[in-house]
Amino acid sequence: MSILAMVKRIFHQMLRDKRALALMMVAPLLVLTLLDYLLAGNTVDPRLGVMNTNDTLVERLEDSNITVLQVEERSKDILLDKDLDGILEIAGEEVSLTLTNDQPNAAKALQIKVQQAIAAEKAKVQGENLSAFMERIKSQLPEVPVKMEQVKAPEVATSYIYGNKDTIFFDQLSPILVGFFVFFFVFLISGIALLRERTTGTLERLLATPILRRDIVFGYLLGYGLFAVVQTIIVVTYAVKVLDITLVGSFWNVVIINLTLALVALSLGILLSAFANSEFQMMQFIPIAIIPQVFFAGIFPFESMAGWMQVLAKCMPMYYGGSALVDVMYKGLGLGAIRNDLLVLLGFALVFMVLNVVALKKYRKI
Amino acid sequence: MSSSIVINKVSKSFGKKKVLNQINLTVKSGEIFGLIGPSGSGKTSLVKIIVGMDSPSQGDVQVLNTGVPNLKLLQRIGYMAQADALYSDLTGEENLAFFASLFKLKKEEKKRRIAYAAHLVNLTDELKKKVQNYSGGMKRRLSLAVALIQDPEILILDEPTVGIDPELRQSIWAELYRLKNEGKTILVTTHVMDEAEKCDRLAMVRDGEIITSGSPAELKEQYGITSLEEVFLTAGGKQQ
Repeated sequence: MSILAMVKRIFHQMLRDKRALALMMVAPLLVLTLLDYLLAGNTVDPRLGVMNTNDTLVERLEDSNITVLQVEERSKDILLDKDLDGILEIAGEEVSLTLTNDQPNAAKALQIKVQQAIAAEKAKVQGENLSAFMERIKSQLPEVPVKMEQVKAPEVATSYIYGNKDTIFFDQLSPILVGFFVFFFVFLISGIALLRERTTGTLERLLATPILRRDIVFGYLLGYGLFAVVQTIIVVTYAVKVLDITLVGSFWNVVIINLTLALVALSLGILLSAFANSEFQMMQFIPIAIIPQVFFAGIFPFESMAGWMQVLAKCMPMYYGGSALVDVMYKGLGLGAIRNDLLVLLGFALVFMVLNVVALKKYRKI
Repeated sequence: MSSSIVINKVSKSFGKKKVLNQINLTVKSGEIFGLIGPSGSGKTSLVKIIVGMDSPSQGDVQVLNTGVPNLKLLQRIGYMAQADALYSDLTGEENLAFFASLFKLKKEEKKRRIAYAAHLVNLTDELKKKVQNYSGGMKRRLSLAVALIQDPEILILDEPTVGIDPELRQSIWAELYRLKNEGKTILVTTHVMDEAEKCDRLAMVRDGEIITSGSPAELKEQYGITSLEEVFLTAGGKQQ
């Protein structure tokens, strides 16, 4: 009864607050769209200047989508003047590569391509030497049959467990983002809503009625939780139908994960609002409590983190949410695979809820 | 007459600062009792302890023979805080309906009580407006209506008439008398001396202590002075 009254009131307030509603429902779509276009943008072929290279190497380089230009000198001026990403100089056995490195990622990729091209070139030369050597042996020992296979560039037939050859980073990133937006906006809106109740005195007034402390917390969870459901459905539908983001698993599993995440965000938001005296102080929690969550949500691989960072990651709700979302949306796994993640998230929510009920003791001891 | 509120040796400290010191007070049922004192004298702290929003460092409070704090007791207390604790993005009616639901009023009774409370504070025509468009006085009146919504036996009103024009103040006091005649007990805080005159009995509070108490007539007689204002100054030991 009291919970329903709380829910009804939250509905009235939210539906009237058009800006908050837009922030919750439209802002995530906007950011996702932007990111989609940014990350799906075509990669530009790197421009490489070369000195003293033979034609086959140049051909190889061009085959791996590098624009090759002949230059006279390996110097910074030429590099910058001709807008090159690097210059390759070959002097006998010595190979030197100068990279502009204004974008470390692109520079690394170029470096790898160049190394591969040179290695392939070397392998070919070696192969030729080897077959010449074999020919010589054959002519000296004609009675011994020596089989020699033709050296060929190996064809690797690649198959993928998850995704396919067209999968890009955004496909893996988008499930995490979908979860993060739900987490962030629910945190912000619910936290500020309860904070406003604290600062305007209505929370104290509420506690001067026979309402149970836990009913206030449940009312908040249910009221904003329902908005989180709508938000999740809108965001996921938009991501899948309009942006064409990979969704291999079940749509409803995604909704379940996001809802659990929203529950954690809600309970965390209203808990942290107990330690803020103004909206601005609530915002100050964002760099501490929210931003780090993104880093541990699966954007950076967990295995490559230092030991203590892995421990830290396991304290972050978004780590579990992100991993569950990637499991469902990208890997297409079912409820069984994400059960543990969901249970941990529910554990977080439960702990925060209990702390919330305790925190309200500040206003009323019973 | 039985006692509605019994305050027994209540002290309250915030850190080292003592805001209430050994307060003893009894409010009889069916009377209008006034807590008179300047701002910062500890009136609001005492009121919060009576409602159960705050706990005393020492001593105890009994309301309607029940120890405070008690959830069931809150059903029987109408509380009006000093600050208008209203949802400004809701209409007056929605505010009243929300609090009525928290007091678990049935649908029919809820409607009746909303109409009654709104009529009492003269807000019937403004109920559909959002509270953020209310004037200060209207908000104060709506707060009073919220305090009355569940038909409580005891009304605890923290500075109910601040920011209300004299005409409406008269009508609110008239209504308080009417509620008193219905048998309700009313505890009112104020720092306006002419309101003190209207109370059946009053206690003067300063620096967390009750400096004197009694009916307005008794106090004037005791100090041989005709105005309560002078009683306050005399009892407080400050001469003009």
